[in-house]
Amino acid sequence: MSLSDKDKSAVKALWSKIGPKADEIGAEAFGRMLTVYPQTKTYFAHWADLSPGGPQVKKHGKVIMGAVGEAVSKIDDLVGGLAALSELHAFKLRVDPANFKILAHNVIVVIGMLFPGDFTPEVHMSVDKFFQNLALALAERYR
Amino acid sequence: MVVWTDQERAYIQDIFSKLNYEEAGPKALQRTLIVYPWTQRYFASFGNLYNAEAIKSNPKVAAHGIVVLHGLDRAMKNMDDIKNTYAELSVLHSDKLHVDPDNFRLLADCLTIVIAATMGTSFTPDVQAAWQKFLAVVVSALCRQYH
Repeated sequence: MSLSDKDKSAVKALWSKIGPKADEIGAEAFGRMLTVYPQTKTYFAHWADLSPGGPQVKKHGKVIMGAVGEAVSKIDDLVGGLAALSELHAFKLRVDPANFKILAHNVIVVIGMLFPGDFTPEVHMSVDKFFQNLALALAERYR
Repeated sequence: MVVWTDQERAYIQDIFSKLNYEEAGPKALQRTLIVYPWTQRYFASFGNLYNAEAIKSNPKVAAHGIVVLHGLDRAMKNMDDIKNTYAELSVLHSDKLHVDPDNFRLLADCLTIVIAATMGTSFTPDVQAAWQKFLAVVVSALCRQYH
């Protein structure tokens, strides 16, 4: 399900609206993922505080959302643009790619929560496709 | 057997007490049909589902969204035996409607987003966890009679 020009426009337009709150969205989404899908905590067992408001959680949410923002700017070539991140996830972090869609779901929930008027079903569809393609690009180097 | 904490029960009851069925039901089903267009395969008799605008103004979709949402009432009222509560509905979806069970999860996700959008920040991580656990149990019960 590759991204049409319409999808790309929709994602970029939404990002221009929500981008300024990226840090908050990232922290919320990441914190929610750890709470709602406790199995994801296994990757962060070395952190002291995995509660949604914890400092490491907020910081990492910011990092992740920053990368999502970068992906938006590289939307025309996600595989190429995310090559380095894919190598990181494949060889160092070894995050099971099934988790990418779990995180994507939580980002979508947070966007829906904070921007209910902008996150129409049509925009939701394009964003859902975007995250699917992002996940594929991120998993590119896995095997 | 599914174990519910008092807190989880309270969160679920609270969501249902504030739920506007006439609004949330249609929105959740419309969102599912728009975001995951292959789900339209089950609604060939509903008429015009040609584009997002058509789906959003289709009265059959809206009516059915309300029916589906009220279907969740049974689970809310029988949280300690959701499995058996949905035995009949499971057979219906498997044998008569022939719905791919993956669709239950898609609708559940869209419903979650509609509720999140309505509740805003009061849809806290803990509330989301309880709500998604509830929907996961419902989905699992609906899948049980498939053969």
